[in-house]
Amino acid sequence: MTAVRCVDLCKTYRQGDQDIKALDHVSIEIQQGGFVCLSAPSGGGKTTLLNAIGGLDIPDSGEVWIADQRIDEMSKGELADLRLASIGFVFQAYNLIPVLTAQENVEFVMQVQGIPAASRREKSLAILEEVGLKGLESRRPAEMSGGQQQRVAVARAIVSRPALVLADEPTANLDSKTSDELMALFTELNEHHNTTFVIATHDQRVMGYAKRLVRMLDGRIVDDIEQHAA
Amino acid sequence: MRLLPVLVRLAWRYLWRNHRRTIIMLSAISVGVWAMIFMTALTRGMVDQMIKDGVSVLPGHVQVHHPLFLDDPSVSNRITIGDAELARAFDTAGFKAWASRVKVPAVIASERESRGVTLLGIDPAAEREFSFVSYDDVEGRFLEGADDNGIVIGRELASKLETEVGKRVVLMSQDPENEIADRGFRVVGLFKANMPAFEESYVFIGKQAAQKMLRIGDTTTEIVFLADDYRNIEPTFKQVSARVDSSLEVSRWYEVDTYLGTMLKVMDGFVLIWVIVIFLALSFGLVNTLVMAVFERVREIGLMLALGMKPASILGQIIIESMLLLAVGLAIGDLLAWATIQPLQGGIDISAVAEGMEMMGASSVLYPKLYLSDMIRANVVVLILGFLASLSPAWRASRYEPVEAITKVG
Repeated sequence: MTAVRCVDLCKTYRQGDQDIKALDHVSIEIQQGGFVCLSAPSGGGKTTLLNAIGGLDIPDSGEVWIADQRIDEMSKGELADLRLASIGFVFQAYNLIPVLTAQENVEFVMQVQGIPAASRREKSLAILEEVGLKGLESRRPAEMSGGQQQRVAVARAIVSRPALVLADEPTANLDSKTSDELMALFTELNEHHNTTFVIATHDQRVMGYAKRLVRMLDGRIVDDIEQHAA
Repeated sequence: MRLLPVLVRLAWRYLWRNHRRTIIMLSAISVGVWAMIFMTALTRGMVDQMIKDGVSVLPGHVQVHHPLFLDDPSVSNRITIGDAELARAFDTAGFKAWASRVKVPAVIASERESRGVTLLGIDPAAEREFSFVSYDDVEGRFLEGADDNGIVIGRELASKLETEVGKRVVLMSQDPENEIADRGFRVVGLFKANMPAFEESYVFIGKQAAQKMLRIGDTTTEIVFLADDYRNIEPTFKQVSARVDSSLEVSRWYEVDTYLGTMLKVMDGFVLIWVIVIFLALSFGLVNTLVMAVFERVREIGLMLALGMKPASILGQIIIESMLLLAVGLAIGDLLAWATIQPLQGGIDISAVAEGMEMMGASSVLYPKLYLSDMIRANVVVLILGFLASLSPAWRASRYEPVEAITKVG
């Protein structure tokens, strides 16, 4: 079953007097349960592609499909509903709401989804334990390290078991040990829950975990390799 | 509604994220609200006092006259119903208070001076509820009955006439045939009033003495009634109208004293304008606070949108934040106003500007009057205008594109 399908995506940004082609006729199909790394130098288009897949950015042309829904023609409200129900996000930085505790951050999406309080509490405590943050539930982001914050963000992204997780440089602020722990968690979720992961990264170590590595350059896919995960 | 708890929690936490800014804004709102309510209470107190001095006493809340009396207040335009018949009609009707009196213009003369005055022929027992004179605070004595042959004048008038208790004065007016009606009276008392103008312009004699002097039998010129409150006189007005002959004119106090009636109406408008003007000053601070609050968390708003929160929820969150700020400021301001007005219930002496106040018909002591309705009005106006003021920053926040907001630098 296809989890993500992009057809002939184009996206151009204007920077000063120059037009930058962030996506140049990109087409890609990712199956449910895929574990895909998008790799590119800075400005290569990986984040733009990730944002287009997540409905955060609308391409100038082309089609984006999530499962059987075409999302590039959806309204803001429909996109918000889709993200809420089906997609988990992990961003590189500024991932958490600073005025909420770790547990409240994890519960945030579930609360917006309308999950009852008792269930939210149970799930959030369980997932925080799973990502190794037991005992830190009441801490606010400012009271946690970068790695701990990133794990809270991962916990929030996966707590309601979305079909698709999009992660943009999830290990950028983490040391190698924490990066490995995080990737191990992603791999486990991918294997045991059939969650599809699309990760934009520079990190060779992260690429090593991917089943499929997509290299981009100047907004185009230049390489698409199936590989054995580490 | 499902999201309300999380929106309220976010709004409350964001409010206290920059607690210094919030405290400064809260102080501004609280002082502004205090000023709204305190000034309103002072003005209300002044107008209330003016109306009490000018209406509740002497004229009463509902009056009955001959239709021509208000234009030509002479005994020719009197009520030709005798005292006994009036008593039968009104004594058992359950009015809070009522009195019939003779009220005509007259001239009073001592051996040295003369002055134009309003002559009041009264039954002191019936007039007690209407009188601006404290019967016990009279130099000499007040009238003892409707058949009393003495005269009570104000201290100010006594001074102008250069007379005193025990001396005789002459009262002169016109009878129904337009002939001079005059009589000598001995001054039995000098009354004191809140306003010197009252002391100078009114003289009291017994009702029967006035009827006899003016040769009008047992008739009077004015019947007055007191309602429970000057703001709620319609039941009394209807009751009186139902009991008097249709050839007589029944008037509400504000129809008789149009100046005070208009002033009461103007006051309501003034209070609203006052509240709005103060709010406008506050609104700059409020909007600035909200704009700053939105500006410094653009990325977090982007994050919430990216996670699936709808723009309407972001809009709601900022508006709730504004409403919470206003609600706390209002609560503190209300409390401050109550705490400062309560100790002043005994009155504020403003005798330094008393002459100016008297020209407006107010006394030299201000009694602040805190009405719940004024407080509610100030609170509602602030909340409504605050809601409107917060719409712009809230709308702006809800229009952010998630990607642009998340990647915003600085």
